[in-house]
Amino acid sequence: MSTVVNEVRKGFYLDSVALMRLSAEITSMGGIEEAVLMIGTPSNLQIMQDAGVLDSTGESASPNDLVIALRADGKSNANRALAHANKSLEGGALKSSTSEARARTLRGSLTAYPEANLALISTPGTYAAREARTALELGLNVMIFSDNVSLEQESSLKNLARQNDLIVMGPDCGTAYIDSVPLAFANALAPDGGNSADATRTAAIAASGTGLQEFAVLLTRLGGKLTHGIGVGGRDLSDAVGGLSTLTAIDLLANDKNVDQIVLISKPPGPDTANLVFEKLAACGKPVVACVFNQASDSEVTGIRYASDLRNAAELASGETLDRHDTQQLAQELTGSLSASRRKLVGLYTGGTLCTESQLILNRAGIKTTSNAPAPGSSASDSETAHRIIDLGADEYTVGRPHPMMEPLVRVSEFEQSLDDPSIAVILLDVVLGYGAHENPAEAIVNSMQQVTDTKDKPVVIASVCGTEFDPQGLHQQRDALTASGITVCNCNVAAAELAAEVINQQS
Amino acid sequence: MSANDLIKNGPRVIGVGLQGFIDDLNSQGQQAVAVDWRPPASKDLNVLAAAESLSSGNLDKMIAEANDQAITRMHTAEPMLVDVQLAGDVIEGLGDHKILHAGPPVEWENMCGPMQGAICGVIVLEGWAKDLQAAATLAGSGKVEFEPNHHHSAVGPMTGMTSRSMPLMVVENKTFGNKSYCAINEGLGKVMRFGGNDDSVLDRLRWLESTLGPLLADTLLACDGIGLKNIIARGLSMGDEMHQRNVACTSLILRELAPTMARVAEPETAYEVLKFIAGNDQFFLNIAMAMGKAIMDPVRDINGSSIVTAMSRNGTDFGIRVSGCGDEWFTAPVEMPRGLYFPGFSEKDANPDMGDSTIVETIGLGGFAMAASPAVAGFVGAGGAADAMAYTNSMAEISYSRNPEWTIPAMDFAGVPSGIDIRKVVNSGITPTINTGIAHREPGIGQVGAGVVNAPLACFEKACVALSERLSSS
Repeated sequence: MSTVVNEVRKGFYLDSVALMRLSAEITSMGGIEEAVLMIGTPSNLQIMQDAGVLDSTGESASPNDLVIALRADGKSNANRALAHANKSLEGGALKSSTSEARARTLRGSLTAYPEANLALISTPGTYAAREARTALELGLNVMIFSDNVSLEQESSLKNLARQNDLIVMGPDCGTAYIDSVPLAFANALAPDGGNSADATRTAAIAASGTGLQEFAVLLTRLGGKLTHGIGVGGRDLSDAVGGLSTLTAIDLLANDKNVDQIVLISKPPGPDTANLVFEKLAACGKPVVACVFNQASDSEVTGIRYASDLRNAAELASGETLDRHDTQQLAQELTGSLSASRRKLVGLYTGGTLCTESQLILNRAGIKTTSNAPAPGSSASDSETAHRIIDLGADEYTVGRPHPMMEPLVRVSEFEQSLDDPSIAVILLDVVLGYGAHENPAEAIVNSMQQVTDTKDKPVVIASVCGTEFDPQGLHQQRDALTASGITVCNCNVAAAELAAEVINQQS
Repeated sequence: MSANDLIKNGPRVIGVGLQGFIDDLNSQGQQAVAVDWRPPASKDLNVLAAAESLSSGNLDKMIAEANDQAITRMHTAEPMLVDVQLAGDVIEGLGDHKILHAGPPVEWENMCGPMQGAICGVIVLEGWAKDLQAAATLAGSGKVEFEPNHHHSAVGPMTGMTSRSMPLMVVENKTFGNKSYCAINEGLGKVMRFGGNDDSVLDRLRWLESTLGPLLADTLLACDGIGLKNIIARGLSMGDEMHQRNVACTSLILRELAPTMARVAEPETAYEVLKFIAGNDQFFLNIAMAMGKAIMDPVRDINGSSIVTAMSRNGTDFGIRVSGCGDEWFTAPVEMPRGLYFPGFSEKDANPDMGDSTIVETIGLGGFAMAASPAVAGFVGAGGAADAMAYTNSMAEISYSRNPEWTIPAMDFAGVPSGIDIRKVVNSGITPTINTGIAHREPGIGQVGAGVVNAPLACFEKACVALSERLSSS
């Protein structure tokens, strides 16, 4: 049964909008048919009368009073609502949202942060070029993490950037370091760029991704200091793009007095672009190391030191040598308990450049590999009988799924299948740490290792961890967990691939 | 910020997309902010292509020049309330059997209930039919001509009725010499702008014509008009946003009028008129609307400009006009307001949004100046002062400029967003927020609540395509 309850607060004023909000809030309480809070002017009293919420108490209100008028299902509901109303009124103000409003557009954000100098774009690819163009027009440099940006869009954005003294990193630029600050998927360097103040200060230009990460990690471990790592995107050195961002980066690094030497990490450039880029590098006035995968030695330019792989690049850049294990002896120990029928190799990679590098190392050791992302010398045919090196970050594995660097479970089924396969001698893995990567990538691998029931005859598992002690995951924690589960952990990807190659060669 | 600046000073990042990258930077003590990014609202690729072509390269440069000119015209306007005159005397061709209404063009059969109700009231008021029933028959017979106020330098709130015998307030833009008109605010409750049409409504209109109108005219003539820009500036600092809340500006204009009125009027008449104004918190709204029209009319038809010159609704459609597209209307079905209702009413009683009062948002007030008026933000629902600020900030994202004279103290005297840019609306998917009264869907009942409504994105999409076509063919 409906009950009407009124209360009058003498000499109380609150803004009518605030009162309407409170009225709506109380009406929404259970058991309340209508709640009206109004100042007692004659016209307001009439409105309350018409709404059927006024009783003789409310009728007595003057224009200086507040009327709380309720029509409720029963007395107790009415009293509850009355108490709530009074409590809210005592509180003075009504609930206010404390949400900090963020701008919906780049322009809006730039108003709030006018000192900004870089837009980091990671929208779905369809929208990335638009946002990048807006950023360039607003005078911002751009790092495009997104993929699926067309070649035409890439060229046009990079031309626009050059006209405006800006740089575009990417598209598909997973990693960059500016002033030693890691951007997107990147490992934490030692504070202040790592190591002693008098270390040679190196800047890298890379297609970007795990190639730059591995180089940064190894350089830091060898005592070098990385000031910048500029990711230019995998197509920048093609003749279609003409190395626009690479050329800008060379100019920038040549003129930066905090850079002592420049390292270029890339796939072989397009022939026209190669001349342009290497001539500019040779003439930049600073020492240059180039790590160009599968570069023919007859196309080398004088004045540039060429590195055969990422470890070699880090060694040339730092002047130090990374520890080597005795590969032959270690392989003998590993193959000791391995049955002779195990002959095949499987590489399960989360990092694209690391996957490429392994293929090159294996090919160099005379082992033919196939891959879904074949490096020069590998074949694309995915035959079950061959040695397979798989890039789990390639499109066919990531459609509708997270990248395996973010979600290690993506690798689990392939890994466990390989562990159970009696023809497999060695499984080669990468474990990438750093910002953007999963918080504990070793865990899923260790769990799979513990599933193996036949502990006597199982494949050799070899891994390398791309990470530093400063990474959120912690390098030694990850290494220790892998080692404890029976995995042989090498100090870099090259060493891991070389060891895997030796295992295969000893088995055949 | 050149690439060199990036290398020299280190990265100062704005993130567009994944929030985690920005969180990582913040966790390392790096200053970085993330855009609250979402995909464009427009699904139509032609629309996105048009907006993009208008936002880049030479077209962007040309449009920027045109928009600079548009903003200069807006900001150099000198609107003054100068007179009150009968509509039939100042609006050309407004004679018998012709009624001006709010919004873009609409025919009788497509009008909403309150609009039809108001039309019938006007027909009786003007004596073209003896009662409301006869009026409805006449209106449906095709013998009454309907036209938008906007086609005649006029504006009107809600139904926006303008007919020959109504007294209209006259605002003159002294810089450009143009004049604009708006009827006198009738007060709250049962009124014609909400479709009310009974004797009490018509009697009040007759009193406005016979008493208030002439006295206001005498007063304005005697004091050489009243400058409006300063009143707005002060009203903003006193909590008005000039659409939902006009209590400060109404008080300020009353203060301007009262001394002179005391001199030119009989005491009893002055008492009646001042009492009427003092009893109506929204009296100033109609003056602000005429002012808005007077400011925006000189901005019409600047070749290439992407600035909105009018936003208006007729209860059926929402329409906008864009400077670079002349007098063409871009319309889409009007949306329902969201807000708070007076006791005894709810959403199911509400009429779709209506009125020319959106001219106030077109000049950067109303929903655009929400931060000046946190009390009004409550109409959104759970909004507080922070939400009010957010509304104004997001309106700044779709505006070309800010008004240097109309500032908001609570935002460190930032100017209100000025000049809605259709490109920014389409590119961001943010549509103008409008503070509005809610009319009952049945004629004659009046206002049942107040709230906010958004201008439909489709109006801006169509305008972008049209502007792009005009500029590519010229």
